Amino acid sequence: MWLTDSSIGRKFVMSISGLFLVLFLLFHASMNLTLIFSEDAYNWICEMLGANWYALIGTGVLALGVLVHFAFAIVLTYQNRKARGNDRYAVETRQEGVDWASKNMLALGIIVLGFLVLHLANFWFKMQFQELTGLKTGAFDPQNGAAYVKYLFTGLYDPAGIQEGYEFSPMANWLHPVYCILYLVWLCALWFHLSHGVWSALQTMGMSNTLWLNRIKVISIVVATIIVGMFAAVIVYYLGMFVGANCF
Amino acid sequence: MDKNINIKVRVWRQAGPKAKGYFETYELKNIFQGASFLEMMDILNEQLIAEHKDPIAFDHDCREGICGMCSMYVNGHPHGPDSAITTCQLHMRKFNDGETITVEPWRSHAFPVIKDLMVDRGAYDKIMQAGGFISVNTGGVPDANAIPIPKAKADEAMDAASCIGCGACAAACKNGSAMLFVAAKVSQLALLPQGKVEAAKRAKAMVAKMDELGFGNCTNTGACAAECPKSVSLTNIARLNREFLAAKFQD
Repeated sequence: MWLTDSSIGRKFVMSISGLFLVLFLLFHASMNLTLIFSEDAYNWICEMLGANWYALIGTGVLALGVLVHFAFAIVLTYQNRKARGNDRYAVETRQEGVDWASKNMLALGIIVLGFLVLHLANFWFKMQFQELTGLKTGAFDPQNGAAYVKYLFTGLYDPAGIQEGYEFSPMANWLHPVYCILYLVWLCALWFHLSHGVWSALQTMGMSNTLWLNRIKVISIVVATIIVGMFAAVIVYYLGMFVGANCF
Repeated sequence: MDKNINIKVRVWRQAGPKAKGYFETYELKNIFQGASFLEMMDILNEQLIAEHKDPIAFDHDCREGICGMCSMYVNGHPHGPDSAITTCQLHMRKFNDGETITVEPWRSHAFPVIKDLMVDRGAYDKIMQAGGFISVNTGGVPDANAIPIPKAKADEAMDAASCIGCGACAAACKNGSAMLFVAAKVSQLALLPQGKVEAAKRAKAMVAKMDELGFGNCTNTGACAAECPKSVSLTNIARLNREFLAAKFQD
């Protein structure tokens, strides 16, 4: 199978899975953005994307996408290190015009994946998983996602929103801004990963020439900034709310 | 103004392909900055021979930047710190008095060291043999203007054809990938009508040979194009990807 046996085939799989994840991120970021405008709208999305069959299929495909992207990244990096040989250069320099991100894609990817585990524990486990199994893994009703997000990042909550039968003990107040900062660090790594990843994917699929090479590089930065900007706006909004509630 | 400088040269010495390599530092006095880098290496070798030591083995041939034979990794750059030139075109005026210059061979799994700074770049020849050619019928010489070729295409093909196969791309690449070389060789033919006949077969055969020889997978860092002595563009890699993917989807 040429998709696994040839170098360009493997890179093609990386590109397709990567661009698929970029589309998902755009989708996810736009949904998050509703939190700033209307909590009801966010809760409507939570309801729509709960444990419905289409949401579950979507989650499965998404997980597969992440898995493929990660597995191929590991294989490619292993092969590339082998191709480099055992002897390393004594003097290593960075060439002009070569992005830092482009040489550290695996490291950035691992950072992104590491935070993803935290993110899944924070949200997926307490929302879709809760709805799926009926176990009360979180203090809030999964269909009232907005209240949970607000609680996680600011510590503010309405006691009436706590689920019946759940023993709720609020976490230390300083943890809320720490979560905000952690998510912002995560987004930084994501920005660098995307700033190279998007154009590299397009180049691997052959969509580049002397005119378009610079254009796809700009597109890459724009896409990375839009995605990270939308996610970060929500975090900054809640960080502001935390500061407003605790410092004044 | 060019003047005479005193330098130290830290050179990779390796007796043979299996031997363990090490760095050795040599002192050179009164090197004229107008001298080329290879002339400096010649002076160093004469000094070594006078001391009854083994001279440093390094590749060189035309010494005018067209053969692609010279191959040193100088101060962290293939073909030295200057841009768009080969090592033989590098001059000592790029270095300062008292400087220590580190000289290493290309380091890549597919380019094993033969001796000192000399590496075996036969892998590139094997890739060429796999598909870097066109088939033509022998007979009378056809008229040069019989096949019209747009100027832009001809220019692009010529730019790709400027690749001298020196191996700097694979040497500079953190992935040890030969994509820029293969892309240049595929592009120069794919752009012209004469190369269209075998285009699909060529892309597949050359990529397969490149993978088989143990070169890495391209991640588009762009280090190859930045270090290429002939400034071969990264866009050729996109063309190779296009050619290869099109050929595979056709199958």
